[in-house]
Formats: sequence, C-alpha cells, structure tokens
Amino acid sequence: MVPKDLRYTKEHEWVRVEGDMATVGITEFASEQLGDIVFVELPEIGRTVTQFAAVGVIESVKAVSDLFAPLTGEVVESNSELSTAPELLNSDPFGKGWMLRMRVDDAAQVGALLDAAAYEALTSEA
Amino acid sequence: MTYGPHTAEDRAQMLRAIGVDSVDDLFADIPASLRSSGLDLPAPEAEVDLAARLSELAACNRVDLMSFLGAGAYRHFTPPVVDQLLLRSEFYTAYTPYQPEISQGTLQTIYEYQSLMAELTGMDVVSASHYDGATATAEAALMTCRATHRERVLVSRGVHPHYRQTICTYFAGASLVADDIPLVADGPDAGTTDLAALERLLADTDHPVAGVVVANPNFLGLLEPMAEIGRLTHAAGALFVSVVEPVSLAVLASPGEYGADIAAGDGQPLGIPLAYGGPYLGILACREALVRGIPGRLVGMTADIDGKRAFVMTLRAREQDIRRDKASSNICTNQALCALAAAIYLGALGPHGLRDVAALGAARASELETALAAAGAPRIHPGPYLNEFAVRVPDAAAVHSRLIGRGILAGVPLARLLPDEPTLADGLLVCATEVTTQAEIAAFAAALGDELAGSGRGATKQRGADR
Repeated sequence: MVPKDLRYTKEHEWVRVEGDMATVGITEFASEQLGDIVFVELPEIGRTVTQFAAVGVIESVKAVSDLFAPLTGEVVESNSELSTAPELLNSDPFGKGWMLRMRVDDAAQVGALLDAAAYEALTSEA
Repeated sequence: MTYGPHTAEDRAQMLRAIGVDSVDDLFADIPASLRSSGLDLPAPEAEVDLAARLSELAACNRVDLMSFLGAGAYRHFTPPVVDQLLLRSEFYTAYTPYQPEISQGTLQTIYEYQSLMAELTGMDVVSASHYDGATATAEAALMTCRATHRERVLVSRGVHPHYRQTICTYFAGASLVADDIPLVADGPDAGTTDLAALERLLADTDHPVAGVVVANPNFLGLLEPMAEIGRLTHAAGALFVSVVEPVSLAVLASPGEYGADIAAGDGQPLGIPLAYGGPYLGILACREALVRGIPGRLVGMTADIDGKRAFVMTLRAREQDIRRDKASSNICTNQALCALAAAIYLGALGPHGLRDVAALGAARASELETALAAAGAPRIHPGPYLNEFAVRVPDAAAVHSRLIGRGILAGVPLARLLPDEPTLADGLLVCATEVTTQAEIAAFAAALGDELAGSGRGATKQRGADR
C-alpha cells in the first residue's frame, strides 16, 4: 500500500505537491530494493533542477543510484538529518526520510507523474 | 598446433549463436578510420633465431651510462627484500582478486600500502593505486570537477608535461577545460607557478575553477609556495591538488600539512625499477570529505563475526562493475604488485631511512650544482630545490648528445620536453639521488667542462690540423 495523497515517478520517488511547493522522497519499495542506505548526496539549496534529470545520489551497501528531480524548479530545502542518519530512508521513507523540498516552476508537469494506483500497478509488476 | 583457447569451429559456433557473420562485425560501431588495418608482422622465425635477434636489439639499450636523469622517474637503491617478496606467487599479479575477502593477505598488503601512503601524504584516504603519476593526477583533476560541479581546472606549467597532456586527454572526452597557469619568467621566483596569474585566472567568475593542480617539487625541481597556492585556491571555492614525488615527502611538508585536498603522484621512486614507461604506480590520496569521489579500490579494516580483525573492500558501490557508465572512473585499475613493492620498500627503510634517502639525494644534488657551476653550467633558477634542477648549457641538445658519447647521460634537454618555454631552450634538467656518487659527479663536471671549453671538439680539430 502506498499513500494515496502522493504522486509517484517510475524511478520510485514520491512527490507531495502543496501549492507551488513539492516535497520529494523515495518510496518504501525503492528503499527495500536498495537495502541498507548508507549515504545520500542531495542537491545544494538554490540549485535549479530539471524534471527527470539526475540531481543526487543514493548509496546503499550494494548499489549507488541516482536521485532524479520529479519536477522542474528550484531546490529550497534538503533534509540535513539524512547526512548523519541515512537509515531514515529505510525506516520511514514517506516521513522522516523525505529528501528535498522544491519550488515548482510548472504545475502542469505534475500531470506527467503517476498517481498511487498507477504506481502500485507498476510495483506489482516488478 | 594452435595455442589459442578457441578453435575456428568454436568461434564459428559462437558467431552463429549470436547471429553475426564475422568477428569484425562485432566492431562495426567503431568508425572504420579508427580501426586497425591489421598488424604488419614479419614472417615467423625459429625460437633460437628470434631470441638472438631480440638480444641484439636489447643490446642497443645503453645501460652503461652514468645517469643524471630524473624528470619524473628516479634511480634509487632498492633493498633486495623488495624483489624477494614480490616474487612470491601469492602476490604475483597486478590485480585484486575476485571475491577479494577470501584473499585476506592480499587485502592486508593493500591496506598497509594505503596506511603508509596516508602517513607520507598526510591525507585521510588513499586509493589502492592507479597506473602511474600522470593518470592519478588526471583522476584527481576529474575529482575536483565532480566535487564542485564546475568544469574548469587550472594546471601549473610546473606540472610534468606528460601529466598535463594526460589531463588534457581525459578532459577532452569529458568536455572539461584545463587551462595553464604560467611560470614566473625571471627574478627570485623564476620557474615557479606565477601566483599573480593564478589570482587573475581564479577571479574569472564566468568560468569558476573546480581545482588547481600544482607539483612540488615542480618539473624543474623547484619548491613551490604550496601553502599560499592552497590559500588562493580555497578562497575561490576550488580544490587544491598537489602532485608529489613520494621520497621528497620524508623531508618536505606533506600535502596534508599545507592544506591540499587531493595528493597525486608517481610511486616509482619507492622500490620500483626504472623501465621505459612502466609499470609504475599511481598514488592518489584525498581528505575524508572527498572519500565518495575517489576512484579506485579502497580496502578497509573491520572485525568479522567472531570479532577477529578482517580486511574488506569498502565503498565498492561507485566502481564500474556496479555503477557502470556513472562510475567515478571507467579508466582506472590498480597496480597491486607495484603498490606492494612501495609498501615493502617503505617498511624496509622506515621513516628514518626514507629521510636519509631524501637528504642524501639533496646533498649530492648540491654537490652536483657546485661542480656543474664550476664547469661553466650555472643553475637557471635561483629558488630552492631538493634533488633536481635546471642548468644553462649553450647548445644543450648537442652537448647532451656528445656527453652520451662520453658515457654520461646528462639529464634531459628541457627543449625536448618543454619546447614552448623559450627561456629554457638551453637548459638541461639534471638530478642526483642517494645512488649518485661523488666520482660520477666529478666525471660529469669534467666532461661537461671539456665540452664547454671546446676541447671536446678542439681535440678533433687539432688532429685535423696535424695532417
């Protein structure tokens, strides 16, 4: 089960859109697939990011994966707790494991994201 | 009888299975102009004949010369224990084993290498080696770009010209920019990195600088103001890469002490014999903050489930077998055997022994300076050096070549390696180490004195005049 009020990407990220702000994290499915996460590299505050471009890195004991920007906009905050406690991505991916907050340039881009049902269908195939 | 592992039938079967007609078809993606047109090999020869011919070719190498050549590769005495241990079959490979943790001994030797090199460079993290100093330096330059998200590095013209070329090769493929920092032309700082120029280059905010690469001692043997360069570099938000010669670190300040972020260099002086281009050893070390950006293998120490000391490959996830095209490097490998040689060499000499090697080399170089100056070849640059320096010799290339005829390898004519530095056109770069003898220095000075006094040529003329 994934939270119904969020949008998702095929890269297993979740997005909470509130007005022109969006909060981004990775899904429980992603954190389980990655295994123990040991390090995250997040984009610096103020950086302009482009929808679906790689903006950071998530490193687990067995793999290093890119973090993609789900939307185009400016990074306004990143979760500094993750630098000392990256395990929050495993223990609470939809909550304390949030990764970044961004100001969204074009709300229409949200339409390109999956809703909960579509994302659930995607992960049940996997 | 064929020595190939696959018969023609094996190959045909494999090609059929994947649906291509020939092995060449597998390379169709590479433009024809870049493909080899085949090897132009002579007809086969009997082993006895071939061995004789190769011996004859090998005999063309001059191994009898008194050598004053350095320029990036240095003669040193290697205690026999180094080669003796290297010949052990457990160690006799350049590679880390697959399933590395099963080879605890190999991992331990790599860990020892890393620890010794960390102590020598004053850095927190050392990768388990690269091909050579040039590639390690290029990887260091790439690290600065990844870490800062900037695309331009500044490289002092005091960095070995081959290293600079290697940086350009790596950068061309990555669409990054490497700009030169000029050397001071004259005055007390002649031959060292031009700090005023560096400041100007760093001030170009349209093209922010990722890293500044400077060698100490530099290619001309001179000591650079590393702490000041580090300060200017950091003030511009860039990372400071120090290119080092490892033996010198026994007596000079380490990169860690003067604030470098990354140290790179060639480990050849540490127990690895001189060879035409290698195999040598690339040293790459950095501060802990950059640990996730350093390419290559890292071995760590931990405890196993029984609490016993164990060695592991660590931070593997950014290497090419896992991270593929996004790996921190797709060019590097390690030189485990050469790294082991360096570790044994350092272990055999100890810190005091290494200091003796560096100090004796410096003392011999000072004697060489005095002797060559008396023979008419003064130093070009006034600044301090350790064991290598440039002297001014009119018609340097010709004199160099005539000295080979007298059994002396008088370093290297600088015009050969730095053709675009007109002030060095008549320079010879010479070097001394602990194995340079006072007799050799005297012989070199005498022969050079003869050449400069014209008596070398004069004697020939004299004979001509007698006829």
